[in-house]
Amino acid sequence: MTKVTLTVNGRTMSGECEDRTLLVHFIREKLGLTGTHVGCDTTQCGACVIHMDGRSVKSCSILAVQASGSTITTIEGLASQGELHPVQAAFKEHHGLQCGFCTPGMVMTAVDMINRHGGSLTEEKVRTELDGNICRCTGYHNIVKAILAADAEMASGRQAAE
Amino acid sequence: MGVEGIGARVTRKEDKRFLTGKGRYTDDMTVPGMKYAYFIRSPHAHAKIVNIDVSAAKSMPGVIDVLDGKELQADGIGNLICGWMIHSKDGSPMKMGAWRPLAIDTVRYVGDAVAIVVADTSGEARDAAEAVVIDYDVLPAVADVTAAMRAGAPQLHPEAPGNLIFDWQIGDPDAADRAIASAAHVTEIDIVNNRLSPNPMEPRATLGIYDSAEDHYTCYTTSQNPHVARLVMSAFYNVAPENKLRVIAPDVGGGFGSKIYIYPEEIVCLWASKKTNVPVKWTSDRTEAFLTDAHGRDHISKVRMAFDADHRITALKVDTIANLGAYMSLFSSAVPTYLYATLLSGQYAIPTIHANVRTVYTNTVPVDAYRGAGRPEATYLLERTIETAARELGLSPAELRRKNFIRSFPYQTPVIMNYDAGNYEASLDAAMQAADWNGFSARRANSEARGKKRGIGMSCYIEACGIAPSAAVGSLGAGVGLWESAEVRVNAVGTIEVLTGSHSHGQGHETTFAQLVAGRLGVPIESINIVHGDTDKVQMGMGTYGSRSGAVGMSAIVKALDKVEAKAKKIAAHLMEASEEDIVIENGELKVAGTDKAVPWFQVALASYTAHNLPSGMEPGLKETAFYDPSNFTFPAGCYIAEVEVDPETGETDIIQFVAADDFGNIINPLIVEGQVHGGLAQGIGQALLEAVHYDENGQLLTASFMDYAMPRADDLPSFKLSHQNTPCPSNPLGIKGCGEAGAIGSPPALINAITDAIGNNRLTMPATSMKVWQAIHAAH
Repeated sequence: MTKVTLTVNGRTMSGECEDRTLLVHFIREKLGLTGTHVGCDTTQCGACVIHMDGRSVKSCSILAVQASGSTITTIEGLASQGELHPVQAAFKEHHGLQCGFCTPGMVMTAVDMINRHGGSLTEEKVRTELDGNICRCTGYHNIVKAILAADAEMASGRQAAE
Repeated sequence: MGVEGIGARVTRKEDKRFLTGKGRYTDDMTVPGMKYAYFIRSPHAHAKIVNIDVSAAKSMPGVIDVLDGKELQADGIGNLICGWMIHSKDGSPMKMGAWRPLAIDTVRYVGDAVAIVVADTSGEARDAAEAVVIDYDVLPAVADVTAAMRAGAPQLHPEAPGNLIFDWQIGDPDAADRAIASAAHVTEIDIVNNRLSPNPMEPRATLGIYDSAEDHYTCYTTSQNPHVARLVMSAFYNVAPENKLRVIAPDVGGGFGSKIYIYPEEIVCLWASKKTNVPVKWTSDRTEAFLTDAHGRDHISKVRMAFDADHRITALKVDTIANLGAYMSLFSSAVPTYLYATLLSGQYAIPTIHANVRTVYTNTVPVDAYRGAGRPEATYLLERTIETAARELGLSPAELRRKNFIRSFPYQTPVIMNYDAGNYEASLDAAMQAADWNGFSARRANSEARGKKRGIGMSCYIEACGIAPSAAVGSLGAGVGLWESAEVRVNAVGTIEVLTGSHSHGQGHETTFAQLVAGRLGVPIESINIVHGDTDKVQMGMGTYGSRSGAVGMSAIVKALDKVEAKAKKIAAHLMEASEEDIVIENGELKVAGTDKAVPWFQVALASYTAHNLPSGMEPGLKETAFYDPSNFTFPAGCYIAEVEVDPETGETDIIQFVAADDFGNIINPLIVEGQVHGGLAQGIGQALLEAVHYDENGQLLTASFMDYAMPRADDLPSFKLSHQNTPCPSNPLGIKGCGEAGAIGSPPALINAITDAIGNNRLTMPATSMKVWQAIHAAH
């Protein structure tokens, strides 16, 4: 057993785990943050996407011990003081989720996508960027719509701030 | 209709918890003392179990116990069953082979459960499973349905000689033969409906908790119908009496049919919890999901469609073989019979139809309902056939369909169904307009100039939803009634809980069901909670599948609301000293019509519970229950058009546009209905272009991960163009037909018709991968 310490959603959290424990299982089972999901066993579905040191990572593709010392944001840490993040709000507004299982990974991927391409996203770009996230419910139509809407909203927010 | 009532585009009440990581799925549940299960599964498609040695595994770190099928049987746990009796045309009952929750002497597919390890961690359970030594005597296996029917094929069950489960028919074979013999034209085609894996994103999971003090079991499970799970586990599998078994299906991450059935794992984990005296949780990984979740489709058919000289269809004759896998899953017999052959009239007036269906065992995972369940198979067969006929007859596909549309209702088909309402031409016209059908030839010329092949194809589907009138399905062999229940519970302060036997696993019932109540009573949607998925809370229910929750589940709520309103009006009339007949409910108040006298809703609720001043003889409280049994199926229908461009160099298909024009009857929430169509279209397009389950000749599953089974991804799909041409359903109080499966039913033939139109070769099977399309292009030249 190895001790793993992470900064998760702004708080320092520690836990003991086997060396083989994947980060996603550490987050779910040791930290009790069950919003991050496991939808496959081949790093294909993206239900487990979190942010590690500011970049989106499939938390099933990294060991918990490898992540020790890093700063993690999970879906639970995205909204601030009860206010949905603009991407979360756009998913609700545009019905970008149905069963909700892929949703945390989709939202974390979308936030990262907007962070990297903010203001310049097109439908084609969003669809290409979503290649690592599988949704079985929505046909992606409203997810794409929600991400484009959030991108536009966040871009106008940035402009207003400048 | 109001801001939050029926027809309003209300965003979903349930979204916030899913968007903030607060969804609560079965694998998220933990209880004190909980341990983890790992199932040991057969690596062979067909084998005798000679010996199981668990001694080394039992002493592995963290292991609580290792249990096998003999112990399960000794404790009286029963076999899994198929709950819909079908009789062959010779009158003999279907041949149901024994399916033990843990195999004892024979395994019949790769993934068949043999033993369970319970350990402190999931890793330790998996490690210990490696130490279990099972001696198998490997038998010849057969995965292909045609091979399974040949003389000398490996035999799966002694009950079913020749692996034949039943040989069933519907319609008049002689009349169909006569019509075909005298036809002006007969179109013949072979149709294959590819086998699919449902793949809801949440893998199946279950948590079994046995309480020895109360001799009581609790089962958390990923189920579309927890009450049916309890009923079946109690009545047939002998897990526990119903009053000692609570089944909870919390947030469920998609189902698409695959979570209707009761699988071995729920049964075994409940039993193992009693054996080990610890709560036992099992969560499927994706590979296990591919191996053990019931698959869908897998039909092969021969079709003949006869026309008179005026191009009217005079007969349809279909011979279908359906692969049901190694065992009969819960509703497997109904899918290729009453959910399939009864829809073979489609949108067309066909005087004579005959369908023969043989179902067959193979060494593959059981096959059961998957989104659409029988209706996609019927639609694909019919819509490819009529498209082929149009090409043979030199007619436009729209013209031939129009010529044969049913135009007056009710319409009795020759295959049981009585269509109550529809307007097929309206959807066809709308779809053609949205697709700019008339501009296609110019677009095709443009593609040709760029060296690409462009095609356009349509599909006019019908389905039967709102399943179903209990007496009708009972007469056809169903083991259960298919009504739905509701309870409307008004609290003393006027807030409302609606308890429903429907189950939401993505459909948004917490919003749409609340819209119904908000609209009726004029109270805020926030004051209404929808309760579902727990047998201790909801009295009884039949669950969600077959697009039934609107048409049947909401109709039950309407009935319960009628009773609540009637009682509330009596109380209000008493309080205001008015006549009960003069009371109307509007904007959260009970008013005396034509006056300014009113009492607020909450005050009537409070009066019912204080009971200080009720009409003489009235019971206190404001809570009513209703059961709704539908009078007919509902018949959603529509027209889908796909336009594609194929690259002849690579065979790659690009979907240029996809148009869906649907008639769902009245719509509760357009936002949610559109979402249901989008998702259905993605699954149908997945079937047409990408998805296929492959077993090798030894019954090894070759497509057991998302790296081998092509799920539709965002960049495989276009945005969709939707419209509605609704004719209200006359068979239920809200006029709802259902929308959950249409997309998956109507889309595959539209795409294949478009691709075959583009490449000029009609011999193409699903999934139309680049390789197959490329080969078809080159075979055509």
